[in-house]
Amino acid sequence: MFEFIGERYNYWMIIGLMMIGLYITFQSSNLIKRLTGLSIFQTSVFLFYVTLSKVNGGSAPILFGRDWKGQGKKAEAEAANGATGDAVATPYGGDGHGDAGAVGYGPVDGLYETYSNPLPHVLILTAIVVSVATLSLGLALIVRIREAYGSIESDDVARADLETALAEAADRDESEATA
Amino acid sequence: MIAFLHGLASDAMILHAPALLVAVPLIFSAVITFLPSGRVAWLVTVLVSLFSLWCAAILQHEVSLNGPISYALGGFPPPIGIEFRVDALNTLFLLLVTGIGFLAAIGSWATVNAEMRDTRINLFYAAYLVCFTGLAGVAITNDAFNLFVFLEISSIATYVLVGVGARRDRRALPAAFNYLIMGTIGATFFVIGVGFLYAATGTLNLTDLAARIPDSESPRAVQAGLAFIVVGLGLKLAMYPLHQWLPNAYAYAPSFVTVFLSATATKVSFYALVRFLTYVFPEVDAENILFTAVFAPLGIAAMIICSFQAVFQVDVRRTLAYSSVAQVGYMLLGLSLATAVGLSASLLFLFNHALMKGALFLALAGVVLHYQGTQMRDMAGLGRQAPWTMTAFAICALSLIGVPLTAGFASKVTLLSACFDKGWWWAAFVIVGASLLAVVYMGRIIEAAFFRAPANPQKLRKEAPVSLLVPLWFLAIANIWIGFDASFPAGLADDAAGAALSTMVRP
Repeated sequence: MFEFIGERYNYWMIIGLMMIGLYITFQSSNLIKRLTGLSIFQTSVFLFYVTLSKVNGGSAPILFGRDWKGQGKKAEAEAANGATGDAVATPYGGDGHGDAGAVGYGPVDGLYETYSNPLPHVLILTAIVVSVATLSLGLALIVRIREAYGSIESDDVARADLETALAEAADRDESEATA
Repeated sequence: MIAFLHGLASDAMILHAPALLVAVPLIFSAVITFLPSGRVAWLVTVLVSLFSLWCAAILQHEVSLNGPISYALGGFPPPIGIEFRVDALNTLFLLLVTGIGFLAAIGSWATVNAEMRDTRINLFYAAYLVCFTGLAGVAITNDAFNLFVFLEISSIATYVLVGVGARRDRRALPAAFNYLIMGTIGATFFVIGVGFLYAATGTLNLTDLAARIPDSESPRAVQAGLAFIVVGLGLKLAMYPLHQWLPNAYAYAPSFVTVFLSATATKVSFYALVRFLTYVFPEVDAENILFTAVFAPLGIAAMIICSFQAVFQVDVRRTLAYSSVAQVGYMLLGLSLATAVGLSASLLFLFNHALMKGALFLALAGVVLHYQGTQMRDMAGLGRQAPWTMTAFAICALSLIGVPLTAGFASKVTLLSACFDKGWWWAAFVIVGASLLAVVYMGRIIEAAFFRAPANPQKLRKEAPVSLLVPLWFLAIANIWIGFDASFPAGLADDAAGAALSTMVRP
């Protein structure tokens, strides 16, 4: 039982971060803190993807050792084409052997070393870009809210909005009374 | 019409239509930022959305002739590279997004010119085109992660567009901020779900996922992924009770933005939900529970509760926004039937609702031009002061209620018969009850507009400009035409439901 939990410590950390982030997002009244909570929440998801991509004993998905030196099948095929020494063997490259793109799915012919799955890293790079865009836009909105309301506390903003709505309602009653 | 548009295209055009549909608006959104701020930016936007509409029409015709189209981006074959796949379900939504985008863009000039700072008009249209690109991309891509990216492209542009409304009312800023928080949480939930699916199957291509999920070694991970995806997309499509961001965002955004968003944004998220539930997950055990224990009660709750809330709003735009959430409830009810007829009814409802809600907000955009406010009292007497605008508004309001000989009647009857097919006779009471509430909340507006004395008697005959009336009346006439002959949208919806369920009857 404890072993089962302990072995998966990375997932527990991710869940912990996720809950912290969501809690801050929902609980905080300060708009910047809410945005920070959102960032923590998103970061936990990035870690989740990175954890998924980890292969036991695998290194970063950059060709090295025998793969790099050009002794793998792929390198042999390239050597036949006269391109020795160049480490340009991309996952999509040489079509010398069947399903070349499936680097991360398991043991792949042509590679001697074990690599982590590069695809989730690429996905998360995209997701990070999205989250940076969201974060910067959120901060820009906070600047505008500060200019318009003079506060970055969502309670103050809500109070100001309520006052506006009440004033509108009073205005409406007045105009109906005169009509 | 569609065949004619198809006939204009060259072979290369037909071959690359899926990519061009998305790429051209994206490229022009960058180009527009360099153009002078003014009428040119508007003209380019209209032409670009017309081009995308043309692409969608070509795709629709191709799919109806030759079946689904697969387009491998960058030349990487599908399970590895990103694939754009177009079947009848995609074409329905592509036609909807590009068609409404085109009509809204035509009508936009007058309102954007009035509501936007003169130097920022080109930037506004750039943000609009980015949003347009994202929505079209969601509707066309066949890659789960790519779908997330497009969803976020459209959402981030949407936050900007909503926030721009601050020039008229500062409450647009908190509305945009809340929308940003909720929307990002929704998108992140979606990504978590996709991560679970990737962990369980090792693929992101939706067709490939559908093939691999039944053989997955970890059904628990697939179920968790399904749950996260449903919640994430539920936030995006304003599924009750995850709709809290919607009323304020619609009420304070610039008029044109509300027109476009109300007709497309939640609809496209609904497409993503349908795509995942019917196409990717047809054989997950948890799904039956999801349909009967989640979608049906939530849909009914939305129909009743949000219709009630709509009755008590003093701002007409908020009334319509709550009504939008209620209409999402109808669609969820149709989806929860889990039958081909139910899905088809749900899609027909969605299509018709986009037409009527787009038109209603377009009419309000015309009202805002002259009267600033959209409070209930501002509507008083408008029927006499702006007869063309308000007559179209009334037609679409009747359609929203579901009066016979309008599109709304056609979609509600189809939904009812689908419910009876399933044996859910009690759903009739819910649908009729919610429609009666619609009579109340739309009736208030029509009563104020046509039977009360004008609030501003000095402003006589303030009609919306022609550029706005043309798309408005196009939509209004479409509402009546569909009421008489619903074969075009019903055919689209039937084909779409068939395509969505195509993996359900796997040998």
